[in-house]
Amino acid sequence: MSRARNRRRGWSWWYLLFVLEFPAVLWPPFFNRIEPTWIGLPFFYWYQLLWVVLGVMIGAIVYFATQD
Amino acid sequence: MAHVDWIALIIFVLLFGFITWLGFAAARWRRGDLNLLHEWGLGGRRFGTIVTWFLVGGDLYTAYSFIAVPALAFGAGATAFFAIPFTIVSYPFLFLFFPRLWNVCRKRGYITAADFVRGRFGNRWLALAVTITGIVATMPYIALQLVGIQVVVGALGISGSGLAADLPLIVAFIVLAAFTYSSGLRAPASIAIVKDVLIFFTAIYAIVLLPIKLGGFAKIFAQVPVQKILLAAPSAHSTGAYGAYATLALGSSFAVFLYPHAFTAIISASSGKAIRRNAVMLQGYSITLGVLALFGFFAIAAHLDQLPEFARGFRQFGNNFAVPALLLHSFPSWFVGIAFAAIGIGALVPAAIMSIAAASLYTRNIHREFINRKPTDLQEAQMAKWVSLVVKLGALAFILFVPTQYAIQLQLLGGIWIVQTVPAILLGACTAWFNSWALLAGWAVGTLVGTTMAVAAHLTPAYPLVLGGYTFPGYTAFYTLLLNLAVTIVLTLIFNAISARGASPDETLASDYQA
Repeated sequence: MSRARNRRRGWSWWYLLFVLEFPAVLWPPFFNRIEPTWIGLPFFYWYQLLWVVLGVMIGAIVYFATQD
Repeated sequence: MAHVDWIALIIFVLLFGFITWLGFAAARWRRGDLNLLHEWGLGGRRFGTIVTWFLVGGDLYTAYSFIAVPALAFGAGATAFFAIPFTIVSYPFLFLFFPRLWNVCRKRGYITAADFVRGRFGNRWLALAVTITGIVATMPYIALQLVGIQVVVGALGISGSGLAADLPLIVAFIVLAAFTYSSGLRAPASIAIVKDVLIFFTAIYAIVLLPIKLGGFAKIFAQVPVQKILLAAPSAHSTGAYGAYATLALGSSFAVFLYPHAFTAIISASSGKAIRRNAVMLQGYSITLGVLALFGFFAIAAHLDQLPEFARGFRQFGNNFAVPALLLHSFPSWFVGIAFAAIGIGALVPAAIMSIAAASLYTRNIHREFINRKPTDLQEAQMAKWVSLVVKLGALAFILFVPTQYAIQLQLLGGIWIVQTVPAILLGACTAWFNSWALLAGWAVGTLVGTTMAVAAHLTPAYPLVLGGYTFPGYTAFYTLLLNLAVTIVLTLIFNAISARGASPDETLASDYQA
């Protein structure tokens, strides 16, 4: 019942997972550094590219958790 | 005439020939009556998850971004990487808002964002504001795609004077115009698949071989000045480059899917589910974009701007020449041909979608609304086809006769303008609470102040906002969206207080937004 109501309102608590991405990639003090490097890439670059992969994973979790 | 690389040129021309044929053949793909606007302009809303992935991917990750993002990395360094957080945080908006918009557009027969705003808020002038914003923001974008073609054609060694110099661009334009006219959205959808195969091949091949050739990432980054590798740390009383980086990424993410070409490509999907799946799968492209951004650093490490054979190219195209020069410098001709074709074809896909989207906007929300209220289906589709030609002609004229710098500056302003439609379109997908005149006022204030701030910042994206002795350099679009929202909310409260609310102008139902 509450699930049906939620679906009608179009809201799911799973959506809050998306919120994680915002501070992670929009707060440069977290990642504006060279060390640790990975295969020679400065942290700044591989950290943000890693978040592309994490973004896909978060999207996939939310997709499967909220599909009918 | 400069040295022409014949092998590269032949491969380039053959691939272009192939997609020209494909563009025309696409008219028969998932056949529909192309004399209906939603068939011509939306492919009949029949594109499933996979085709939508190619179409929207080809639409957003354009040739220009594949040239300009590495060029920015080459010239300015780390700040170019804002494109990565920008794409990461934009996909939640696609996931959350667009399935709702897709549902209401299909149920009500809307084709453009302005159609939706007209139905949701019942105000033709607000819809007109959305329409004009969309068209004006799209025009310089089309022009910049043609710059992408210009750069690779120049890099192939084709040059001349007067009309001959522009001939390849004119030919590409005629091809583009002809297949868009005849096949509509089906043409870029099919060509996008070829473009992606070529782009992925180029990116993977180059990202594996280039670091090996240049001695590994550690050696490459050792050659890059430290101030280009990282963002400059802010001084005591400023958020400095950090604030600019974050607001540039966030401000761009609100608006990216509201560009008419993005909206059109997304709404042409076959279901809300296909859109949600794509909000996950499209992020794969961001890896490609990140890889290409790194090419800018490879170009620094290879000291390409000091090589005499590239002096001419850098003089003519500036930093935009960095990627073509890197490919020419590092790879055999056959690969250069494929890579340049990928960039050139990558320009045709978004240019086609942009002209279709702008044409649909004009036809639906200006011509039908203000000039001929009762067009037949045939007249409507025919009008859109003609307008798509006019739009492309305008973009071509722009590139041929106006310095490229103006197109870049207009595109920057376009980003500030398009974000002003966020309250009406994106928030409108969730609520009809806003008063339509308040939305229009918020749009006007945001557009005016945004333009003024951008001019004051010498047409750079970041405006140094000073508050209480602190400086907050940030993306003008981001600041003016906040202003727009404040105006919209305050005026909605005032209008609601002084006038008893009559019947809601909203023609859509809550159930229209659900699958």
